[in-house]
Amino acid sequence: MNVLKEQKLDLVVIGTGMAGAAAAVFAANRGLTTAQVGETGEIIFASGYLDLLGVHPPENGRILSDPWVGLVQLARDEPDHPLARLAPDIIRTALDEFFRFLEASGLPYRRDAKKNAQVLTPLGTTKPTYAAPETMWAGVKALQDQQPCLLIDIRGLRGFSARQIAAVWDTRWPKLRTVTIDFPGSDHLTELYTETMARQLEQPQNLAELAARIKPHLKDAVVVGLPAILGVRNSLAVAAALAEQLAVPVFEIPTMPPGVPGLRLRDTFSENIAQLGVSLYREKRVQAVRPESDGAFVLTIADHAGEEMIHAWRVLLAGGRFLGKGLQADQAGIREPLFGLPVYQPLSRREWHRHYFLDPRGHAVNRAGLETDQRMRPLGEKGTPVFRNLYAAGSILAHQDWMRRKCGSGLAIATAYAAVEAIKMDG
Amino acid sequence: MAGNPNYMRTRVLVIGGGATGTGIARDLALRGVTCIVAERRDLNAGASGANHGLLHSGARYVSGDLTIAAECRREAELIKQLAPHCIEDAGGLFVAVEGDDERYVADFPDLCAAAGISVTALSVADALEMEPRLSPRLIAAYQVADATVDPFRLSLENMSQAQQAGSVLLRNTPVVAFRRKSGRIHETVLQRRHTGEKIVIRADQVINASGAWAGQVAALAGVAMDMVYAKGSLLILDDRISQRVINRLRPSSNADILVPGGTVSILGTTSVAIDNLEDVRPTIGEIDAIIAEAQAMLPVLTEARCLRAYAGVRPLVGSGEGDARQISRGFVLLDHADHKLENFATITGGKLTTYRLMAEKTVDLVCTRLGVTTPCQTHSRPLALTPACQWTKPGMAPRIWLQSQAPRDMLLCECEMVPKGAVDSIADAMGMVGDRADLKAIGLRSRVGKGTCQGVFCGVRTVAYLYNRGMYSGDEGLVDLRAFLKGRWKGIRPVLWGPSLAQEELQEALHCGFFSLEL
Repeated sequence: MNVLKEQKLDLVVIGTGMAGAAAAVFAANRGLTTAQVGETGEIIFASGYLDLLGVHPPENGRILSDPWVGLVQLARDEPDHPLARLAPDIIRTALDEFFRFLEASGLPYRRDAKKNAQVLTPLGTTKPTYAAPETMWAGVKALQDQQPCLLIDIRGLRGFSARQIAAVWDTRWPKLRTVTIDFPGSDHLTELYTETMARQLEQPQNLAELAARIKPHLKDAVVVGLPAILGVRNSLAVAAALAEQLAVPVFEIPTMPPGVPGLRLRDTFSENIAQLGVSLYREKRVQAVRPESDGAFVLTIADHAGEEMIHAWRVLLAGGRFLGKGLQADQAGIREPLFGLPVYQPLSRREWHRHYFLDPRGHAVNRAGLETDQRMRPLGEKGTPVFRNLYAAGSILAHQDWMRRKCGSGLAIATAYAAVEAIKMDG
Repeated sequence: MAGNPNYMRTRVLVIGGGATGTGIARDLALRGVTCIVAERRDLNAGASGANHGLLHSGARYVSGDLTIAAECRREAELIKQLAPHCIEDAGGLFVAVEGDDERYVADFPDLCAAAGISVTALSVADALEMEPRLSPRLIAAYQVADATVDPFRLSLENMSQAQQAGSVLLRNTPVVAFRRKSGRIHETVLQRRHTGEKIVIRADQVINASGAWAGQVAALAGVAMDMVYAKGSLLILDDRISQRVINRLRPSSNADILVPGGTVSILGTTSVAIDNLEDVRPTIGEIDAIIAEAQAMLPVLTEARCLRAYAGVRPLVGSGEGDARQISRGFVLLDHADHKLENFATITGGKLTTYRLMAEKTVDLVCTRLGVTTPCQTHSRPLALTPACQWTKPGMAPRIWLQSQAPRDMLLCECEMVPKGAVDSIADAMGMVGDRADLKAIGLRSRVGKGTCQGVFCGVRTVAYLYNRGMYSGDEGLVDLRAFLKGRWKGIRPVLWGPSLAQEELQEALHCGFFSLEL
């Protein structure tokens, strides 16, 4: 076991998803000495789309064209929702700061500040989202205006079918055409992986070959859609180069996760958060936390190689729910494994899920989680913070169902911001 | 009416595509009689697809009915010989633990002997060596000749052979009415589930092999049958806990049987009286009870990951009468000539293990009526092996995939390693008999949707692939995907804790958070 680090950090962020990343960025931007710990598995399932609030109320599946109007309705209908407890200005400021980070990291996002965009999924359905990576943005206009569009299928790529998307849209998008091409140099391969293709397209000659294979099929198309394979590291440049060679805008559609958009976020987070001065403990788990008498914490973090300990004044729980292991469930109930915090939850497992998976009202288990005070500190049974220096952000919070409301990223970023601001003020 | 595709003529109409109905279709085919099998959903949609997949040695029934026990023994032996590709001859143990009825234990070997069922007494130490995960609190163990059977493979093969002889399977086509005329069923009216289109079939003979639905179907013909419905729920564990079938040596109760299959185990069952056959599903209470109960035999169950549960309905004929019941108390063959319908018969009750015998007796009756004298051959003719039917077996797809390494044969399902070649083979075979494969049909005929992801990834990939094959147009694939997920959910919902709940969160994050399938 390593010797206890002498320095006592201002903050340890537990979690490497959207909430953990945002918290680490905000903390570093505020000069807090920060460490971030966690396995990076989950973020690669991200689609790349960044939502704020897409549906409200979910009972009748109403899709919000303006997330800000939706937030006002949410505050009225569900005052306990974590986003409803934050002032819209705070949410806006948080998003702006996070988008600046993404842009500076080479992964710029586009948005229409006042309204949601409808974006394509690989199934041909759409989802309401607030922002999309620059490389996907041309798809918003293409869909909205039903522009003459060519969608590219790559032979041997699973879980993405341009033909499916076109079939689903059918007469609603008459000028949507598809073509199936072989990926350059793929003829001997049995199966294609999006990451491999994306890395190959970072080579100009491969990209030129791809463009050459698409070009004869362009015809009347004024925009070209592809699966999200336009580079892992420098997608902006790869997409721009392809658009130039085809002489029409191009856009990516996320593939079935895990995919390249998730990898881009993972890499952006790990490389650029480290550059902000945050100490990263990746692929490690916090095994135990010991509160000290002065209010600080000693965290035991471990991986297969062994254990080490870090010492911090404050801890922010942003480890997600069951998949992220921030919460655990057995037959009897749901618990928070690190601190044993009380978890707001239905009375019994019989109430966790509805009889139909796609019931628009969503499942009660998804609203289980940690309740906090205004400063994002988890509450104990008595309604007061369990630890004065422990905070929580993201999907581990109670009274929200981000999957049905399409508010996962907004929830993560805004609550991380609120927590870090509170930490900064608590000095 | 001739030339109308919605008007069909056949010698025999079989209602129900379960083990019995498909077994009847093959038996008829081997006697030179073609038929139409009309199934309200798809093959094995009822109890035939919702059981342990256990080929009983018969020992389970020795304390209740020696005739049934002996019948099971004979039939199980026949199926092992004639359809080895549908079974795994795993063997079985009967075990008792501390607190179990010792008199029942003591009587067991003599009762087995009386039914001609061979059992071998084992010492507790030997039993634990054979199956180390059994409870150390074992007090008795016997070895028997249980085996496991893949009921889907069985029905698919039976149906496939009948189809090759010219018989027809109508899936998703429930019977809605019978038209009676001078003591016969003159015509049967069916309705396609998806299009609402009506089909009229004129058959010389009509066999009601609809299992738990037999009473409802008979009622459409004006025949009253007292049916009792007993729901049984089972649980699939993501671990092969034992090499052999493990039976609890006690009077039948909940969670008495653990059946290994491939890399998983099936544990069950419960018995709950129900009065409605619609929307039968396993409940959380049943699943918790199964796990709690079976721990006496298998303490390791506290750690096992539950993949899915499912429920079937045992068709039991209640206090109704009918001479044909004397054939056996295990199954019921009703000759409705007794009800003034001379071309109508009902076969129900029974067990998967005795499906062949049930088919034989039914076809004997119908062939007598038709004047067909060719004798039954299913007790001597091996069940043929059809390539398109082989994909239901766990571990089969990876073996074929690894052997062939066909170029570009990408895996659509990674958990169970189902390549697109498997989907092609199934879709082509269905296409040859004028049917069209969809996601649910592929799921039933392969391991798609049955691994740890429970269809989260492979369901979506298979839909995309079927679109690419041109088998879906418009939003048909999405409609199918939603229906597929709805079906899977029934079984997933009661086991959502631990890693299964994390998996469900991933599913919902993808299917709702991203794909917005609920909108």
